[in-house]
Amino acid sequence: MDAAEILVTLGGSGLAAFVLWYFFLSARRTASAVSASGGLQEVDITVKGGYSPDVIEVERGKPVQLRFYRDEENSCSEELLIPDFRIRRDLPAFKTTLVELLPQQAGRFEFTCGMSMLRGTLVVK
Amino acid sequence: MEPVTKTETLDIEGMTCASCASFVEKALSRTPGVQRAMVNFATEKATIDYLPTQATPATLREAVVSSGYGVVERAPDTSAAERSAELDRQKAAAYQKLKRRFWVAAGLAVIIMPLSMLMLWPALLAHVNMQWLNYGLLLLTLPVLLYSGREFYTSAWNGFRHRAANMDTLIAVGTGAAFLYSLAATVVPGFFTSRGLMPEVYYDTTATIIALILLGKVLEMMAKTQTSAAIKALMGLQAKTARVVRPDGQEVDVLIEHVQLGDLVVVRPGEKVATDGILQEGRSAVDEAMLTGESLPVEKVAGDPVFGATLNKTGSFRFRVTKVGTDTMLAQIVKLVEEAQGSRAPIQRLADKVSAIFVPTVLVIAILTFVLWFDLAPVATRLPLALVNFVAVLIIACPCALGLATPTAIMVSTGKGAEHGVLIRSAEALEKAYQVTTVLLDKTGTITRGEPAVTDFVILNQDARRVLQVVAAMERQSEHPLAEAVVRYADAQEVSNLSASGFRAIEGKGAAATVEGQTVLIGNQRLLSEAGIPLSPELTTQAGMLLRGAKTVLYIAIDGQAVGVVGVADTIRDTSAAAIKRLQAMGIEVVMMTGDNPQTAAQVAAQVGISRYFAEVLPQDKAGKVKELQAEGRTVAMVGDGINDAPALAQADIGLAIGAGTDVAMEAAGITLMRSDLHGVVTAIELSKQTIRTIRQNLFFAFIYNTLGIPIAAGLLYPVFGWLLSPMLAAGAMALSSVSVLTNSLRLRAFHPHQAA
Repeated sequence: MDAAEILVTLGGSGLAAFVLWYFFLSARRTASAVSASGGLQEVDITVKGGYSPDVIEVERGKPVQLRFYRDEENSCSEELLIPDFRIRRDLPAFKTTLVELLPQQAGRFEFTCGMSMLRGTLVVK
Repeated sequence: MEPVTKTETLDIEGMTCASCASFVEKALSRTPGVQRAMVNFATEKATIDYLPTQATPATLREAVVSSGYGVVERAPDTSAAERSAELDRQKAAAYQKLKRRFWVAAGLAVIIMPLSMLMLWPALLAHVNMQWLNYGLLLLTLPVLLYSGREFYTSAWNGFRHRAANMDTLIAVGTGAAFLYSLAATVVPGFFTSRGLMPEVYYDTTATIIALILLGKVLEMMAKTQTSAAIKALMGLQAKTARVVRPDGQEVDVLIEHVQLGDLVVVRPGEKVATDGILQEGRSAVDEAMLTGESLPVEKVAGDPVFGATLNKTGSFRFRVTKVGTDTMLAQIVKLVEEAQGSRAPIQRLADKVSAIFVPTVLVIAILTFVLWFDLAPVATRLPLALVNFVAVLIIACPCALGLATPTAIMVSTGKGAEHGVLIRSAEALEKAYQVTTVLLDKTGTITRGEPAVTDFVILNQDARRVLQVVAAMERQSEHPLAEAVVRYADAQEVSNLSASGFRAIEGKGAAATVEGQTVLIGNQRLLSEAGIPLSPELTTQAGMLLRGAKTVLYIAIDGQAVGVVGVADTIRDTSAAAIKRLQAMGIEVVMMTGDNPQTAAQVAAQVGISRYFAEVLPQDKAGKVKELQAEGRTVAMVGDGINDAPALAQADIGLAIGAGTDVAMEAAGITLMRSDLHGVVTAIELSKQTIRTIRQNLFFAFIYNTLGIPIAAGLLYPVFGWLLSPMLAAGAMALSSVSVLTNSLRLRAFHPHQAA
């Protein structure tokens, strides 16, 4: 093995390890951006290559208004799916789309893009 | 008993601060009958729980207005249509932009390709300065990268920041690597030559991949718009205006949003019915195909419900508005279909799991591919080979097809179902329907019409028409369901009206009246025997025959003489037998369930070709019968129409509520059939079968494509056959993969329900 091969092997292994760690193992930013007014739980979510915040904590039994602002034109994020609440919505670019739902049960409910590549979780407590 | 509260939402106008909101809230809370009031300043909405016995929406409005604020009349939700129009505009604009980006990439790639292949003509190459050629190619590739492909890079970067990787990540990393390598070979070729490497450039790869991926996206966008075409078509059916009759009798055209409950609306032949209501005057035939899938126009007379978006064919009529906006049948259908499209099919779970880990995994595979090629290939070619295979793996591995496989099929088939009057409430219901082995039919209202009808009218030694006239005149005074059946029969025969006097109902036996001086009795045998009227042997025979046919028999006596018998029965729908036969032909066992006695049950079952039935089933035992069948290991579809069917519909593996079934039954059912016709059951199951078949094909293609594509791209076949996958071929295959899955889903649009001859 010459020096270049050793370098590439080490570099490649390191990069592969980084990819695995970065996408699967590193700690997720958990954030709940809930502001309640008049019993309505409002959450602002920015859609840009993903959902931020992507973990949203809400209370059970109170109506939730998710305000998705899609800050890009990329077609990946044009659709929003919250299957547990039977919601499929188109998110127009650079606009806020309101999605209202009433969580009756506690649990973790995933929301994704149309191809389920971008993911977020609604945690109902 | 707990008092029943209602909830009303009002749009409040004029609030400028949070304290305004609390002021309105207080005003509402003080209103008698209000249990709880919540005002949201941000959304400008008030949500009020109130007792309908003490308060009305009008008094709530008054309370808001008297506190100094306004209530916005909530426009019936036409905004759904507007919203969709706005979305359409945006999508059209995005599509135009995408096409421009594609054409720029394609145009430049067409120039870049032959220029990159000059080495195939050494004679020509001798006249060209490689260095200058590479710079030229770089200049041509830059617009492809920065204009056409820009979105891939920004999206990949945005995703990276979210620790999310999508298909753009793969394309960005793949084309980015090829470009950066080429850039280095162009700018510092000496670095390569000093290490015994040819400074090769891959501008053609970069440009062609971007052009092909964009082509795939263009085709994908074209196909995607068609998946939701059915629901769009439904939404577009709504009438834009209604001709409202003002209290002074003047007819004015008003926008549909301004139509209010209780308005009287005129509909002329050829016009659309504006919204839901009850027909008041006139009669007509209305085409309800758009809502029910029923191709024949439906006769409508006063008292019948009419629905928005249906088409008035023959007569002119007026109806009283009972529902507007989101409450109308059309809006409900659209909502149901949209909800089904938002749900997730269990079959998709695997694809979802794969999608979630797919891209990072592919990145790792690509890196390892690079390392292995670099380590194992001959020194002179190791870098280009490692690079080419690295790029090929990234480009071929797009999980698009996987992500599109299930949802697109569900979108098309739920839309298709709605078109044929089959409303599927969730993807899960659609997925369950194909597994059905047993269909359990509730007899009344499902196999039969659910209302008594005259089947036999036997008159001996008298003018039958005249007797019918006399009997009808008397029965018109009665409200008994059997009497109504006789009246309907008489109306269908178009006998003229006579007047009856001295009508009296005799509890449990029948009725008596005087018609044109003749005393008429109609009722059961006891009525006649108690009046001392004997039956002739002939009439007794006739009655016996009717009774054996499980029919209810009414006896008629005029002026103290028995003249005839009427057979009344709940008649079987015209389509029931054919639909049941079709289900049986599909290998599904059909079982009937009824509260009737075994004799009647056997009679009906025999008529429609059912061999297994449950008779004398009490309403509360219906769910138990479903369980019984399930205990036999069957997957049971329950078909019913009434409130008392709801527990059974919910217990069944899949519940189908038939016809204009009650809301409770519809809530409990996974599928609602808009038409009172068992063919809907056949359609639902056939549609489910085809959809599941399509989804399986899609998933198979998507998985096969990726599981075979990646190892080939990684060069697994190279040691054996010397095969390598060119990244450009990979890009072509990728573009085709999602398009082929979409096209396969769109084939469901050709679905046509089986109609028995």
